[in-house]
Amino acid sequence: MDTLSRPFELDWETGACAHVPYRLYTDAAIYERELARLFYRGHWCYVGLAAEMPNAGDFKRSRIGEREVVVTRLKDGGISVVENRCAHRGVQFCQKTFGTAKTFVCPYHQWSYDLRGNLIGLPFRKGVRQGDRVNGGMPEDFELASHGLTQLAVEVWNGVIFASFDHGVEPLREFVGPEVGAYFERIFDGRELTLLGYSRQRIPGNWKLMMENIKDPYHPGLLHTWFVTFGLWRADQQSEMIVDARGRHAAMVSRKNDGGRSDAVTSGVTTFKENMVLHDDRVLDVVVEPWWNGPTVTMLTLFPSLIVQQQVNSLSTRHIQPNGTGSFDFVWTHFGFAGDDAEMTRRRLRQANLFGPAGYVSADDGEVIEFSQRGYAQHADLATVCELAGRGRGGADHNVTEVLIRSMYGYYREVMEL
Amino acid sequence: MIGGDDRLALETTRIPLEDRLRIEELYARYAACLDDRRFEEWPDFFTDDCTYRIVPRENYDRGLPLATLSFESKGMLRDRVYAVTETLFHEPYYTRHLVSGFVVRADDGVGFRVHANYVVIRTKSGALSEVYNAGRYVDHVVDDGGALRFREKICVFDSELIPNSLIYPI
Repeated sequence: MDTLSRPFELDWETGACAHVPYRLYTDAAIYERELARLFYRGHWCYVGLAAEMPNAGDFKRSRIGEREVVVTRLKDGGISVVENRCAHRGVQFCQKTFGTAKTFVCPYHQWSYDLRGNLIGLPFRKGVRQGDRVNGGMPEDFELASHGLTQLAVEVWNGVIFASFDHGVEPLREFVGPEVGAYFERIFDGRELTLLGYSRQRIPGNWKLMMENIKDPYHPGLLHTWFVTFGLWRADQQSEMIVDARGRHAAMVSRKNDGGRSDAVTSGVTTFKENMVLHDDRVLDVVVEPWWNGPTVTMLTLFPSLIVQQQVNSLSTRHIQPNGTGSFDFVWTHFGFAGDDAEMTRRRLRQANLFGPAGYVSADDGEVIEFSQRGYAQHADLATVCELAGRGRGGADHNVTEVLIRSMYGYYREVMEL
Repeated sequence: MIGGDDRLALETTRIPLEDRLRIEELYARYAACLDDRRFEEWPDFFTDDCTYRIVPRENYDRGLPLATLSFESKGMLRDRVYAVTETLFHEPYYTRHLVSGFVVRADDGVGFRVHANYVVIRTKSGALSEVYNAGRYVDHVVDDGGALRFREKICVFDSELIPNSLIYPI
């Protein structure tokens, strides 16, 4: 299973995680270990929102690591998650992205399963009678019960569905921890969610680079003109970097300001456009919602594969689905709340112009990730530098820091034994 | 939302050939504007109160309102042009728009409803050309003071994944 036969000799700085070896982004053996230890064992992975499957039998295809799963609403209102792989000959039996089913039937030999993944029947199990003979059939000791689909552990937290191939994983809330969990529950407090739609992009970079991007409060006020010019996110804001006890999950929490010139954060910043005026500023028609309780932005990273975005009135989950070392699919699910009036829904949709593969503050994240990956491919023996605000781990009470990236790699080293 | 649009080809009202040629000319000029990278001229293809949207087919077909980009005025198009030319960091690329399969119908005296297929081919510096975005324009074209302009242009794309980013208009 684990293809690394010996501990890897990576050039980490002793005791710190401030220098990330390029090989972590390019080495296939490391990637195989990541899939085994981060995606398939010991972690809860996001698979969808309960609002995507409102009725019994509704299902969607989703992904954990490189394994496809089917997420289904059961008759009793619960959710099941099974691997999209027939127990017979390994066929990905489900080919609809979304649908409604009473049973799952593999098209190849019609093995059929109930919505929880239990095998309920298969053709010619008792053989086929021909004259006084019975041809074929399964062996006497063949048991349906031991040939079901792979069933995953499932927890639904206020409408957000997580699953794990590892039935021994700790309870979800303990996995996330109270620090980041409080910000999760600020958005997902049990309110009914409404589905606004999807954006899907394929980014030619290592999956960890997207986790880093949302643990990096240093870049938004530099790379993204809209953030620095309009004050949505920049270095002079009141911010907090929250991290869980093990360093893997985080919340970047901040309050917008009015933007404009400020020598400390705009002088010399080429992306700051002092005279930029929107011809139609409805895209930034921000209305404070009572549940914010202060912060205008909270960006959560739930390791390894989920980002939850609240940027002013725009809300989304962003799901990382790796394809080997140098590519991942990034699926955005935008949502609102059942209590939103038409004006608030329109506002959330307008602000969605900032996000996604074409968004004013997101399109260029994918671009820089692609260029990072190209740089890493050029060298096997170099490392990045993540020393902003020191070399330690933990949280921070400002956003001029790379501490969350270091914290993630601290945890990563422990689990990966690298 | 989709029903009426999708049946456009079945409607029997035909338009004069000359109108059809004017429409095809409009699309040819539109494509040339984008492929020549004359982005500042792009908003002039639209009326002041225009709608411009780029929408994944999955959202469109399921009636989900989220768009990849959604603009509601010529002003928003101008803001996009500023982003494309000044603020969005990206690796530049050429586009080539191939537009075909026009279905044009008169829209009760206030212009034309037009459907057309499109393919956008992307070519980055030093790279092979690739199919970047494939879909269908679902448009409303009006005579705006003697010039044909888009009152509504919806680019419904089949492509299930955007290859990293989408910077320039479609």
